[in-house]
Amino acid sequence: MQINQEKVAKPIQYKSEVKNLSFYYGEFSALKNIDMALHDKKITALIGPSGCGKSTFLRCFNRMHDLYPGNRYEGEIILHPDNVNILASNVDPIEVRMRISMVFQKPNPFPKSIYENVAYGLRVRGIKQRAVLDERVELALRNSALWDEVKDRQHDLAFNLSGGQQQRLCIARALATDPEILLFDEPTSALDPIATASIEELITDLKNKVTILIVTHNMQQAARVSDYTAYMYLGELIEFNVTDTIFIKPKNKQTEDYITGRFG
Amino acid sequence: MMKSINNLEEIRKIIGKHKRWDLAFMIAGIFALMIAVLTFMALFAHMLFDGMPRLSWDFFTSFPSRRPESAGILSAWVGTTLVMFVTAVSAVPLGIGSGIYLEEYAPKNLITEIIEINVTNLAGVPSIIYGLLALGLFVYQLGFGQSILAAGLALALLILPVVIVATREAIRSIPVTIREGAYALGATKWQTVSDHLLPYSSAGILTGIIIGLARAIGETAPIITIGALTFIAFLPPSPMKSEFPYISFEWLMAPFTVMPIQMFNWVSRPEEAFQLNAAAAGLVLVVMTLAMNGLAIYLRYRMRKNIKW
Repeated sequence: MQINQEKVAKPIQYKSEVKNLSFYYGEFSALKNIDMALHDKKITALIGPSGCGKSTFLRCFNRMHDLYPGNRYEGEIILHPDNVNILASNVDPIEVRMRISMVFQKPNPFPKSIYENVAYGLRVRGIKQRAVLDERVELALRNSALWDEVKDRQHDLAFNLSGGQQQRLCIARALATDPEILLFDEPTSALDPIATASIEELITDLKNKVTILIVTHNMQQAARVSDYTAYMYLGELIEFNVTDTIFIKPKNKQTEDYITGRFG
Repeated sequence: MMKSINNLEEIRKIIGKHKRWDLAFMIAGIFALMIAVLTFMALFAHMLFDGMPRLSWDFFTSFPSRRPESAGILSAWVGTTLVMFVTAVSAVPLGIGSGIYLEEYAPKNLITEIIEINVTNLAGVPSIIYGLLALGLFVYQLGFGQSILAAGLALALLILPVVIVATREAIRSIPVTIREGAYALGATKWQTVSDHLLPYSSAGILTGIIIGLARAIGETAPIITIGALTFIAFLPPSPMKSEFPYISFEWLMAPFTVMPIQMFNWVSRPEEAFQLNAAAAGLVLVVMTLAMNGLAIYLRYRMRKNIKW
């Protein structure tokens, strides 16, 4: 109760706080002392030139790096409201991935039906009742603006959908389990402009429901969809601020050069 | 001034000259291919010509005999079928299990690497070595004797590396994004393996199993080494019984013969008529092998139909 009152009193609601985060691929230091925060139910964009570490940073949030040997985290990513450091070695990465979902760069539906794709996260949690699954799958498909297009063919193969639909299916799959944070890793880089627009619209709609962190190589996309923007370069966080400020009045010369296209 | 290199006449001449190499290689390639194909065709045609007249219902339902015209391959094809069954039942779970472990679970360190190199190399070990191993281990040490069980296990050892390598390659051909997609939803390793990796790689694994079995079916050396008999005029005990528990494993311990050994036996006889029997048995063996390979191709096509990557 004490903690709750404190939270209410806080002027800014953070969903997550990154504290002095460094990350190593073996000896290579890919992220250096990053400090920033994810605002609750807001969209935060990560921008920067290729190889700046934005995807690496994103993949720390669901401990994806744990799948491969030789990777090492330092520092903390605190997840609110329970103030748990999700990078701690005593926190199971599977538990983290159940709380924080991810949408990948290329649509990666499983070679199963549309329905089974969306239901998979629920099945992993041991949900078996048909009625519960049906209801949750429908909700997720509605929330990802796919329901009207697929409601009559939920048992068709997911591969029969178009690229943009496949990506929305992957968003539905990530949404079905009610995640606290949704990670997007350049979700439109493999899509055409029309599909990109529909995904961007969807992401904007989702922010009332979930906290979003999105990596994008497209600055216009960051400007269009995000509330906060972080500019990264060579594994360091150069500037983090409200998106408008970053794009209109960046404080840092490097950020300004990148935003204005003088570099990157 | 330098001479222009864009003289059209010159360019055409050079292209013409280069294209002659295309033609030369094509002719050489067709020639090389013909040597392989024609040799096999000639052998097969010869066998077909010799063996075809001997193929009849009786040939499949008769035991070997001293009289070539009444000799058949009943004990041989039953033996081959049972030995293949034991081989498949033991090599498939062991091979798939090892393949999955090496690909998904094994820590990436020196020991794993040594094991991986060894498994790959095992596929090239001469089959008679497996026969010797089986003779020492299964026949004597474990006391299985010269039985179907010992032969099946010997061939299982032989094809184990093939199954392991096929499993690993099939799993490795699944895009990393699919695997990461499963893990990102909170799946454990086993859930990822059983819900995704195994089903999506089943076509490749199955192909590997069938190719392994098709190799094992023609193996003679390891079976002779463990002491299969060349003249068997009886069948192993039936696996089904009329009284409880209705199923019997006595056949595992029965002496046996297999198709290649039956052929070998007939070929070494002086009488011309037995040569015809050998050709007919060879024909059956080749058709069995081709049928297995055909099945592998069909299954791969069927199972890959829904998977696009």
